[in-house]
Amino acid sequence: MTTQRTSSAPPAVRSLPVKQLLLTLVGWSIALIIFFPILWMVLTGFKTETAAIADPSFIFSPTLESYQAVQARSGYARFAMNSVVVAFGSTFLALLIAIPSAYAMAFLPTKRTKGTLLWMLSTKMLPPVGVLVPIYLIFRDVGLLDTRTGLIIIYTLMNLPIVVWMLYTFFKDMPKDILEAGRMDGASTFQEVFFLLLPLTLPGIASTGLLSVILSWNEAFWSLNLTSSKAAPLTAYIASFSSPEGLFWAKLSAASTMAIAPILILGWMTQKQMVRGLTFGAVK
Amino acid sequence: MNKTRASGRTVGGLRTLTLQAPAVTLLMLWMIVPLGMTIWFSFQRYNLLMPDMTGFAGLENYEYLLTDPALWSAMGTTLLLVGWVLAITVVGGTLLAVLFQQEFAGRGIARVLAISPFFVMPTVSALVWKNMMMHPSNGVLAWLAESLGLPALDWFSSLPLTSIIIIVSWQWLPFALLILLTAMQSLDEDQVEAARMDGAGPIAIFFFITLPHLKRAISVVIMIEMIFLLTIFAEIFVTTSGGPGLATTNLAYLIYIRALLDFDVGIASAGGVIAIILANIVAIFLVRMVAKNLED
Repeated sequence: MTTQRTSSAPPAVRSLPVKQLLLTLVGWSIALIIFFPILWMVLTGFKTETAAIADPSFIFSPTLESYQAVQARSGYARFAMNSVVVAFGSTFLALLIAIPSAYAMAFLPTKRTKGTLLWMLSTKMLPPVGVLVPIYLIFRDVGLLDTRTGLIIIYTLMNLPIVVWMLYTFFKDMPKDILEAGRMDGASTFQEVFFLLLPLTLPGIASTGLLSVILSWNEAFWSLNLTSSKAAPLTAYIASFSSPEGLFWAKLSAASTMAIAPILILGWMTQKQMVRGLTFGAVK
Repeated sequence: MNKTRASGRTVGGLRTLTLQAPAVTLLMLWMIVPLGMTIWFSFQRYNLLMPDMTGFAGLENYEYLLTDPALWSAMGTTLLLVGWVLAITVVGGTLLAVLFQQEFAGRGIARVLAISPFFVMPTVSALVWKNMMMHPSNGVLAWLAESLGLPALDWFSSLPLTSIIIIVSWQWLPFALLILLTAMQSLDEDQVEAARMDGAGPIAIFFFITLPHLKRAISVVIMIEMIFLLTIFAEIFVTTSGGPGLATTNLAYLIYIRALLDFDVGIASAGGVIAIILANIVAIFLVRMVAKNLED
């Protein structure tokens, strides 16, 4: 009698651990299924080529031979360097151009500010393939094909709207009083920006920069079409595994792991700000 | 307060202009020059392999393109690709956002794992899927099918477009999840609690509270994905090269073939104009929505 009563009386409390367990199980299974290809790639990078194409197995003796082979044979470092130079170069340039613009929009808005912001956003909607032909021809004629400079220019322009937009949202969140106090004390615009605005919004600027680095690092339309050997970044280098060399799964995996690891970690760190940048502030 | 703002505006006009000038000028050039050239080329006879053949082509390039079965097949492929990936990522993303919103052990880490594919560069995702996952004899999926006693599937030759759809969905599902999870955070818990008190089940809560709350975020996801999905390129480039036949050639890939493999600048440009028009139809709605958001 008594046991029956206790089991029927507080059903919510009793079912909680079961529900909790089930949720944990389902949540983790789905997360692991989604993550599996990445995990598998990382594991395959530590296998020998024979083990890589053998029946799938989590048990193997790890080796670094693929990593060594990728470094030695294909000059991985050169492609990685191209990626670093292009991603950070374009991010630096984009921030340099965007900071004054975002400052003006946030602190000295005019009637046209909103229109300008929206127009900037609309330039992002231009499909790259629509302007592939002219960009390719211009680059060919001025000698920018297969150069880092060429890619830096393209990526700077490609990310400029997002960078302006994100900085604008960060600047706008900053209390205006501080800047005004600085102005009262006779700070010039330059001093105001360098000694007040930039230090105070550093976290926002950093996450904007990171988003720009991530987007440039992973960009694969322009890098595949505008570079061949000299300036090819990692996206293009990995694409070279698509033909016969694709058979070397362990090397492909090792190269891929090295190519995505830094960005994956940056991505994990900046997820929240990323939402702001990618949706142009429409979802916060 | 009012005074400073008013004076700031009058003095500010000029300052605003100079401060914005570099960004605005560069973006203006970036937009107008290539766009103008694409439109100009689209009306020209211009093939890099036939330098003698030049001159005004009128609507010839468009006529050629619009009567080319390849264009319509590419349009169909583009629509299928966009449609399926959108359906999978939006429905999947919404359900996963609800799931990952619940409290469970290690939720933070599970979330991070689930959004990871979005940060993987497209050439890596495509090649990892093509080789290690979908390879007909040594891939994980083939091994899985065999252990279940099913015949192994040669993904890229028997279901080429489906394979691309799977890969692209895998990349964009995390994007939808990331955005929708963020939007979920502003869901009013009291409202959900009140509904539960009134006896609403989880399904009713999902349809009458969660889904309406996510409406705006979902439309943002749809539009942003559309803009990117309309011109999917790298995933096709490294896996199928648009084949077999034209089975996985979308509009972006077709333009690439015409431009950089056939060197037909005129026709590729006409294709580019069509792509721009398609993207703009979507873009108008997105810009409008963001504009509405700027007001509040």
